[in-house]
Amino acid sequence: MRELNAVAAIAARDLLKFIRDPGRLVASVVFPFVMISMLGGTLQLNLGKSAGINFIAFTFTGFLGMTLFQSTAQGLTSLMDDRVNDFAQELFISPVSRYSIVVGKILGETTVAVIQVLPMVVLAFALRVPLTAAHVALLVPVALLSCFMGGAFGLVLLNTMSDSRASNQVFNFVFLPQYFLAGLIAPINALPWYLALASLISPMGM
Amino acid sequence: MATPAIEVRDLVKRYRKGTTNAVDGVSFSVEPGQFFALLGPNGAGKTTTIAILTTTLSPTSGTVRISGHDVVREASLVRHQVGIIFQRPSLDMNLTGEENVRIHAILYNLYPFRPFYWLMPGGYRKQLRELADVVGLGADLFKPVKRLSGGMQRKLEIIRGLMHHPRVLFLDEPTSGLDTVSRRNLWQYIGELRRRHDITICLTTHQLNEAEEADHVCILDHGHVVAMGAPRDVKTELGHERLVVDATDRTALRRRLVATNIPFSEDGHFVIALDGRTAHEVVRAIDEPLTVLRTESPTLEDAYLRILAAGDA
Repeated sequence: MRELNAVAAIAARDLLKFIRDPGRLVASVVFPFVMISMLGGTLQLNLGKSAGINFIAFTFTGFLGMTLFQSTAQGLTSLMDDRVNDFAQELFISPVSRYSIVVGKILGETTVAVIQVLPMVVLAFALRVPLTAAHVALLVPVALLSCFMGGAFGLVLLNTMSDSRASNQVFNFVFLPQYFLAGLIAPINALPWYLALASLISPMGM
Repeated sequence: MATPAIEVRDLVKRYRKGTTNAVDGVSFSVEPGQFFALLGPNGAGKTTTIAILTTTLSPTSGTVRISGHDVVREASLVRHQVGIIFQRPSLDMNLTGEENVRIHAILYNLYPFRPFYWLMPGGYRKQLRELADVVGLGADLFKPVKRLSGGMQRKLEIIRGLMHHPRVLFLDEPTSGLDTVSRRNLWQYIGELRRRHDITICLTTHQLNEAEEADHVCILDHGHVVAMGAPRDVKTELGHERLVVDATDRTALRRRLVATNIPFSEDGHFVIALDGRTAHEVVRAIDEPLTVLRTESPTLEDAYLRILAAGDA
């Protein structure tokens, strides 16, 4: 019970910080609007019919998974900021298990990530992405899986990087290629062998 | 005999890439309720020692016990016994003071998790109010930490550090960055807390006047203990009190001191080492009207500087 309370307290802290950060709240609404309606809409109007693909639905699922993965991963690396701001001392000197700290962080950032994609789902309905109740139900385990994978990726960065500046560089290096390698904005049915390999080993391509 | 609050035996710490031991065979013991000061220059091994005592660093060898619990094998029990006020505030600046304290209380399993203050058990709210009253932090508790002054943040850390009733409170340069008023207030609060809760205090500081009131001091240098004991014992090794006098007619005063066989030196004023005499006896022997009259005792800082200089020689 004691560890569960600790997990809840650590998770709630991340949620509280998210709610109090207007910049992140606005970004969570604006980003999906820009990516799905503008990018997906443009692709749909120009290539949708000839390619036989609903690009709005395509970009919606891609960015949904990407947002969940990236938000959780970046949330985990915020422990680096805690290290810099010395709050990590308070966490690591407390008599709770280190696993509880990590699980609390992953759950907290997963909750934040899921809240961030809610406007995206609303937008998908507004843009008439063919989403049934079954689809939404199926999205839940996939969304959680994306978050946990993001959490695991963040944990790897946390263990190998010394500061958030270095980890942000890794984020840019890893996430930008994923737009193409993980099929976020275009199908990846046919790829040259080296890109197919890179797609397989990229975090979201797995 | 009571179990020592802190017991350190032959403590050695060598960092992975280090060529010398950061802490090299340090031993000391602190009785419950004592005010203990760990002193030394930068790089002496104070921070490393404190990190081991508070379980954030593993010793290379030696044993360390807090209230009888081994810091390596019983780290979780030790963490329940200790409170720490860090040199730099370890607060989450994005949360309110109360939220910082609440997280601490839940991490230490004092109260169950509740997402809001008003949902927390009455015991928590009462304890928080009482501690806030002691340090004089009322409604400010509910402000974001980033809007609190340095002094208020320190007070908040004290509240947080005392929530779980620690038996040993570690103060790592607690007044660093504080102005004179905040510094004085902080020591008043700590004195009050010692009287109320009978906790053991382990202080590290570069402000040696703050260690004058300690029951025991331990001076580290290059990872070794170079002096240990009550401040008055450490200071006594430097000599006794001195009487400083001066007069308008300095020639007459000089003649008088020579005539009465009172040894003195001239360092601006006439400086008389008391060496067993009382100041009263010396003053009675002088008829000349004095313009300067004061006694001087060696300070802990004098002793500290002398001890370190002897070590470097």
